[in-house]
Amino acid sequence: MSDTAMGGTAVSDTAEFAPARAALDQDWRKVVKHGLVLGLALVFISLTGMPEGLNSRVIIEPWLSMGYLSLMWLPFAIGFAVTHEQVLEGMVQHKRGARELVAGAVVGLIGGLCLSLLVYLLDTRDLSDPLVNWNQPLLDFLTRDGSVADGVVLWLVASTTLGLFAGLMRIVPTLASRIVRAVLLTVVGAAAVEALINDLSEEFKLEGVVEWLYHPRGGLEPAGAIALAIVAAVFVLWLGRQLKKGSAVYYSARETQPHAVNAVSVLVVGTAAIVLPIFLGRLTNDLLVNVGLFVLLALGLNIVVGLAGILDLGYVAFYAVGGYTIAILTSPTSPWISPTLPFWLAIFIVVGMATLAGLFIGAPVIRMRGDYLAIVTLGFGEIIRLTVRSDWASGLTGGAQGMLSIPGPDVNIGGWTLPGIGWTFPKLEIDLMGTNPQHILYVVMFFVAVAIYVSWRLENSRIGRAWMAVREDESVAEAMGINTVTAKLQAFVVGAILASFAGAVFAAKVGTIFESSFKILVSIVILVIVIVGGMGRITGVIAGAFVLVGILGGPNQPGLMAEFSEYKLLIYGALLVWMMLKRPEGLIPNVRRSRELHQDEFLQDAWLRGEVDRDEAEGSGEVAPA
Amino acid sequence: MRQRVRPRTTVDRFLTFLRILLTGLVVFGLFAFLVQQFVGPDNPLTRALNEDANRLDWDAFRGLVVSGLSQGSMYGLIALGYSMVYGVLGFINFAHGEVFMVGAMTGLITSNKLFEAGVWDDAFIVAILVAVLVSVICATLTAVVMERIAYRPLRGAPRLIPLITSIGVSFFIQNTSSLLLGPGAKRYPVLPQWLKDEYGPTWLRIGGQKILVVVIAAVAMGALWYLVERTKTGKAMRAVAEDKEIASLMGIDVDRTIVTTFAIGGAMAGIAGILWGILFGSVTEFTGFLPGIKAFSAAVVGGIGHLGGAMAGGLTLGGSESLAPQLILEPLGVTGHTQLKDAVAFLVLIYVLLVRPTGLFGERLSAEDRA
Amino acid sequence: MSGERLLDIKSLSVQFGGLNALNDLDFHVDKGEIVSVIGPNGAGKTTFFNMISGMVRPTSGDIVYRGESLLGLDPNQVTARGIARTFQNVRLFANMTILENVMVAQHCRTKVGVFGSLLNTPSFRREEEEIREYGKKVLGFFGSRLVGYRLEQTASVLSYANRRRLEIARAMATKPEILLLDEPVAGMNPKETEELTGLIGKLRSEWGFTIVMIEHDMKVVRDVSDRVVVLDHGETIAQGSYDKVSSDAGVIEAYLGRPIEGNAS
Repeated sequence: MSDTAMGGTAVSDTAEFAPARAALDQDWRKVVKHGLVLGLALVFISLTGMPEGLNSRVIIEPWLSMGYLSLMWLPFAIGFAVTHEQVLEGMVQHKRGARELVAGAVVGLIGGLCLSLLVYLLDTRDLSDPLVNWNQPLLDFLTRDGSVADGVVLWLVASTTLGLFAGLMRIVPTLASRIVRAVLLTVVGAAAVEALINDLSEEFKLEGVVEWLYHPRGGLEPAGAIALAIVAAVFVLWLGRQLKKGSAVYYSARETQPHAVNAVSVLVVGTAAIVLPIFLGRLTNDLLVNVGLFVLLALGLNIVVGLAGILDLGYVAFYAVGGYTIAILTSPTSPWISPTLPFWLAIFIVVGMATLAGLFIGAPVIRMRGDYLAIVTLGFGEIIRLTVRSDWASGLTGGAQGMLSIPGPDVNIGGWTLPGIGWTFPKLEIDLMGTNPQHILYVVMFFVAVAIYVSWRLENSRIGRAWMAVREDESVAEAMGINTVTAKLQAFVVGAILASFAGAVFAAKVGTIFESSFKILVSIVILVIVIVGGMGRITGVIAGAFVLVGILGGPNQPGLMAEFSEYKLLIYGALLVWMMLKRPEGLIPNVRRSRELHQDEFLQDAWLRGEVDRDEAEGSGEVAPA
Repeated sequence: MRQRVRPRTTVDRFLTFLRILLTGLVVFGLFAFLVQQFVGPDNPLTRALNEDANRLDWDAFRGLVVSGLSQGSMYGLIALGYSMVYGVLGFINFAHGEVFMVGAMTGLITSNKLFEAGVWDDAFIVAILVAVLVSVICATLTAVVMERIAYRPLRGAPRLIPLITSIGVSFFIQNTSSLLLGPGAKRYPVLPQWLKDEYGPTWLRIGGQKILVVVIAAVAMGALWYLVERTKTGKAMRAVAEDKEIASLMGIDVDRTIVTTFAIGGAMAGIAGILWGILFGSVTEFTGFLPGIKAFSAAVVGGIGHLGGAMAGGLTLGGSESLAPQLILEPLGVTGHTQLKDAVAFLVLIYVLLVRPTGLFGERLSAEDRA
Repeated sequence: MSGERLLDIKSLSVQFGGLNALNDLDFHVDKGEIVSVIGPNGAGKTTFFNMISGMVRPTSGDIVYRGESLLGLDPNQVTARGIARTFQNVRLFANMTILENVMVAQHCRTKVGVFGSLLNTPSFRREEEEIREYGKKVLGFFGSRLVGYRLEQTASVLSYANRRRLEIARAMATKPEILLLDEPVAGMNPKETEELTGLIGKLRSEWGFTIVMIEHDMKVVRDVSDRVVVLDHGETIAQGSYDKVSSDAGVIEAYLGRPIEGNAS
């Protein structure tokens, strides 16, 4: 980093210009590079049509829409990134100051220039073949229905300011940046979950509040937004500390009395789970059913990928096995098999079929290299889908036309009369024909609870440890007496069974089944959830499913923010890459995995903190990577 | 380090059973085909298996073979990229299929522009060369950028991480295409008549397009062979594939060589892309996905890391995919046999991995990558 | 100290692409012995261990343990039979906790399966408790280093010397009869080495293990071995007590005339 001389060679001059010089003491190459990347990103996002497509979601009416936010976050994010400094051992982090502001601003400026260029070009040239979004609406969007000059100025100023603001975030005390973050999250979050709030408000009689908060056409009212901002700030300032104390209490309690804490958590979550659906409207219930199915799938894949380290890209095959088995067994229209079974009886056969499928697909791949295994399992998934779809198997599976009239998972208990005593059990009839999302949600929750229980118990068991050992180092695991073939097959089978549950419920809920629901895309989305949520960590995976499928949408279903439907796959792809580059452990990482991949960093930090023992005799705290 | 034979566990017995079953099915299917073909459809075996049996006439057969070979050569070109990257970096670049798609797409855009400008009809050869150039450049660029952004930071990470990253990249590129250029199929302009005509003696009439595809693929392959075997760059590539560390100690710029590998693989895929366009005339954002996976299978079938093997694998896969439905599945009475074409490709991969996991020509990997 | 013959290896050979890594090797271990295997680098020592543990298959020869041939067995079967090993470059399960490392090593000695774990049966709980206790016992062998709060830390935070100790503890936890230690003191400072040397003796005297050890540190070899076997180019070139072997002309030559340390004292 060169010290750009500001003219004046006499030493006495330096003092005056020191601040300016410090501000200009930049790694200009880095700044310019970031600026160009920002410009490229802004142009790219514009041309994908995302801003216009997301424009319908208003955040604060009439100031800010999701469309503009989708562009505006970029200067902020990249401005923030450019001011990031990695402090290695022995380095001293330089004092944050004008330098950050300048860096952020310049990055923003360059980005803004690029976008302005786009605006200009949109006006003067026509590239609509091949770029489909190169049209007047895009230009109007970018210029806010003004002239080209308006647009140019707008983006130059906006981008530079946002970049500057990002730099500012580096300078202000942490508290301030925390407040800003909380405010942004709350405001944007409130706008995002508007549909959910609306749904809830009906039940909780909070329509008044909702009306005041939100604009009838969607988005927050300015007053509402400001109120929320204040609430968020207050929360961080006053309540934040309380929260910290509270979580400290929670964590220490977990150490000392794990059973009590677990019991209480289960009780709380369980009660909420049972009570909540009654208050939620139809829309939310439907959404939660969807999310629940993916939680189930993700938990299953978590065992295969997260615990045992097997990258199964054909996981959707087990999903299909579950669905089709239920369809064949319970639907009166299934061609070859005429007797029909009730759902809850057929589910046992589903388990059997899933086990067979797990063994059948697992056996050939068990000895392959990790990446070969991934492709071969993907192949298996496709083979199953294509076979199920073909005319040849259509006798059994309905081929491309699928199967219909799958009855819901009804529960009919009671109504029996005990002979002799003559007492009749009360009849409990729950019609789950798929017409009432609330009841289906209970079925889904039941299976999710089963999956959580299974994952949790197996994690801390002999087989769970064996899986982790296989994941860590397969040949050493073998040398320690673990039959890796058996262990991996077991992982496959458990994962298969959980997926088949999801398939069965899915088929029963929708009432029909088509092979198009079982494309490779589904496997990959589940993988994204597992990875983003943190491989091997149950809570992370659940959170991942909620965030991704719940908000952005699943492979075939829209989420809470339906406007993202076209763009969610792009985002998932980018997320996957970003996760792998930055934190291959996911949002809520399993601490273990985190260590594996940041091994050197962690070791260094641990050694510095004295957590690593330096052996008594010599200072041989020599930390060698395993 | 595993060299032992374990015939005793249940899994092994199951696998041996699978091998025998699959081989048996193939042999029996072929046998049934031969019976059906040469003895005639009116014999007890054929009537039992496949009631609607028809003799396969020469034209149809020839058509299958030719299309199998032309598709196979495209798979082979794409497989080269997979093989090279696997040989050098030890991971599957899942997004390589999208590089192929990028080539096809950009070739399409160029061709259409040239068509609008009238060049396509008037000076087709020039037009096609320009289109090839553009698609190769774009594909190469995509591959190089991909390596720089997504894979280079992960050098040395456990093997599955770049694979997962490449899945993300693949998704990203697919959706970039559909968002920027619009979803749905896009068509190449109509090919000149002389290309659509069939050539050759009556018993071996082949469409001009298919001849072109095979010829260009062969030329590309030849150029690649020359590059890898005879030039310094190629030697560097082979050295880096063998052992990165030692290669760098020998003064080879490993990073540059890896970039070159990606670039060349990308170029091959780009050529395959435009060939696809010539052959099939339409491209969607998903065009790269299935051929990509099949091409990887082809690379494995031929022996991963072995370039000749990649092409051989491609031809094998293309041929099997084309012929197996008609020659094996149909005589066995499988209805809708053509629908299972894609399944055949995957089955070939599984079969090869069961029976000869190192592929036709054996793997050529660096010591650390061998399992 | 001669007990029953546990391990009998005859004419063991293996070739790696034309190179004879092991050439007609004969070797035996009796119960209760501590045998050191030494030799210059590339002599085939680790390959030798790899073959016993089942990771590499010989081209000819036989490995007989308690009368039964080990050829063709998977590594996990060899371990189950009673032979455990450590690795030259410590290969811990870095992201599992220290306790989990020694718990998972008991896999082949325990049997609760998926169902037991799911249903939290009494036998599951009992077995888990036993596994934990035994794990702690094994770790306790190394004093206070790997106990207490350490148990729940991931193995990756350990210092180098402690990693080596954990590696040995893990092998111990598989409840073997024979321990194959591959360079147990490599990279340790003199104090640690001395301590570990004493511990190796205790492994035999207190825990009853029979030990085969690859080592380069001649002081350790001298202090602890009953018998020393010298390998060079895949063959045994000398065998016997440390004193006999260290003065053997062929051995000295194999080491290119380098005086063997400790001999001067």
